[in-house]
Amino acid sequence: MSNWYKYASPVHLHPLASRLIPWFAIPAAILLIAGLYVGLVLAPTDFQQGDVYRVLFIHVPAAWIGMFLYILMAVYAAIGWAYNARASSMMASSLSITGALFTFLALLTGALWGKPTWGTWWAWDARTTSTLILLFLYIGFIALQSAIDDPRRADRAGAVLALVGVINVPIIYFSVQWWNTLHQGATIRIASGTTTIATPMLVAWLIMSAACWLYSVAVVLSRLCCIIEDREQLEATQ
Amino acid sequence: MLETTHLKCVRGNRTIFRDVSFAVRPGDCFRLTGPNGSGKTSLLRMLCGLLAPASGSIRWHGASIESLGEEYFSAITYLGHRPGIKDELTALENLRVWCGLSGIELSHHTAASALERIGLGERMNLPARFLSEGERRRAAIARVLVRQSPLWLLDEVLTSLDRTAVEAFQSLIEDHLEGGGMAIVATHQDLQLSAGRSQRIELAA
Amino acid sequence: MVMLRWLVWREVVLAWRRKSDVLSMLAFFAIIASLFPLGMDPDTRLLRTIASGVLWVSALLASLLGLGRLFAGDYADGTLEQMLITPQPLLLIVAGKIFAQWLVTGIPLMLISPLLALQFGLPSDGVRMIAVSLLVGIPVLNLVGAVGASLTLGIRGGGAIVALIVLPLCVPVLVFGAGGNVPLVGAVLALTMVFAPWAAAAGLKISVE
Repeated sequence: MSNWYKYASPVHLHPLASRLIPWFAIPAAILLIAGLYVGLVLAPTDFQQGDVYRVLFIHVPAAWIGMFLYILMAVYAAIGWAYNARASSMMASSLSITGALFTFLALLTGALWGKPTWGTWWAWDARTTSTLILLFLYIGFIALQSAIDDPRRADRAGAVLALVGVINVPIIYFSVQWWNTLHQGATIRIASGTTTIATPMLVAWLIMSAACWLYSVAVVLSRLCCIIEDREQLEATQ
Repeated sequence: MLETTHLKCVRGNRTIFRDVSFAVRPGDCFRLTGPNGSGKTSLLRMLCGLLAPASGSIRWHGASIESLGEEYFSAITYLGHRPGIKDELTALENLRVWCGLSGIELSHHTAASALERIGLGERMNLPARFLSEGERRRAAIARVLVRQSPLWLLDEVLTSLDRTAVEAFQSLIEDHLEGGGMAIVATHQDLQLSAGRSQRIELAA
Repeated sequence: MVMLRWLVWREVVLAWRRKSDVLSMLAFFAIIASLFPLGMDPDTRLLRTIASGVLWVSALLASLLGLGRLFAGDYADGTLEQMLITPQPLLLIVAGKIFAQWLVTGIPLMLISPLLALQFGLPSDGVRMIAVSLLVGIPVLNLVGAVGASLTLGIRGGGAIVALIVLPLCVPVLVFGAGGNVPLVGAVLALTMVFAPWAAAAGLKISVE
């Protein structure tokens, strides 16, 4: 067990992280190709939604990854702060960018899906709005860290912000839900739709989800290596 | 008694100083010297508890200052680079507010006599923005008179002071040391203290 | 308590002797609220629908503006670090500062809101609703704002960064406040009062290092 503690040091973490990347990147690439094939070619055209529903193969995993990575980022940031573990804080910084990108991707694919389906690029429904606010939370974290020159101060300040954010996330979600029911108006319900999901669709969805998750691990580790190199280089020149 | 062992200071990604150890006993005055950027201010801030050392420990009567928290704070008075004087308040109000924030109710009379003692008698009721830099420093120095804490941590307090003020302040420190107090002073100027025990901590760049 | 009394006295006197800080914030509130009707058709029915939202957003932005005076001045002249090393609990000092901020900026904002609400043609219970929701909600803005202000002391990018951090966190109070649900605003206030001073104190220690 004591062996694991050495990975709290960025110097030791770097080789481990870079060795792990191919283990995630290659399966991700394979699954992505497979998923695209199944999703675009094999899965049938949906009765109600036509071909547009295929965007959901990316949209749904992206949204989940965006939410999950925020929580993970807060956990790593908190550990980095509490135990003064720089590697943990660097991991949080790496997660923040991937999380933000996936959240943005979720919003983008959601809009692409929304235009043909609802007739509008954007709908102020609870889920979309919550995702938008999540993106703002990410942006706040990233902006704060980039505005602070001292890396340790940036790490710790980010940790406080991430913790405050993570506590707020359920409250924000609840408030947006409440707001949405208050202003019924254009209630757009996402048609949780087709009672039976055709097998190729389910398979495509599962493969694409796995591909997205593996990709995010690979890219987080890869960015982590860049961050470590960046900081260690800074230290070497001082 | 204050004791530090193997203190290391890292700012940004630069190691400012390492392996600084010393012990301060009642009656000791330590003069902190070193070129600009050698970490004199950082060391004083570490001793205040404002900055955490990268490694090493600081102990007050054997207990680490992190664990002591407020108990340690009541034993120190810190005069930093920036005097900590609000422009819109008078010197008198600044002093009373400072004491109030430490939980001490300072009467108008006590505050006024402290300010007179360091030579701000006539100007203590002017808003601090009308005071010169040296006068604002003196207004800050008045704090050590009213608080009477055992350990004084002083960062370049002699700058902007004229000769009479410097001499007055030196006699203040001497009285303090004679009463069993301790002081760590970062200063470029020489401290002429008659009470023998003045030692030096030299921080290399 | 001696410390709290002196702290609040200090904050109030400082604000009084530099009234321009607070007054400009109040003027900002009024101007922003007036910009909305100017940017659209000032039809009374339309204004009534947007009144609550507009006033809440304007109050939010004005509070954001007011954050500059919470910690930054003390940070610049060295008084903040003295506060961090007093033998008094930092949590109490931070709570006291936030309370004073509310006294000095929040209450005036709330007091002029009825005047602005009249500009939007709201009937008296609409005006009352807005005033009450702001009464309970503005402290939340002060509390969350304090966390943002504590984390961003002395960094470049200043106001924009604080806004990016604070505004998403204020969405719940905005939604409940503008929606007129005062009990929910109260619930958010209760929760924020527990966490925000602690987070702001942590932020101050991090920024002063």
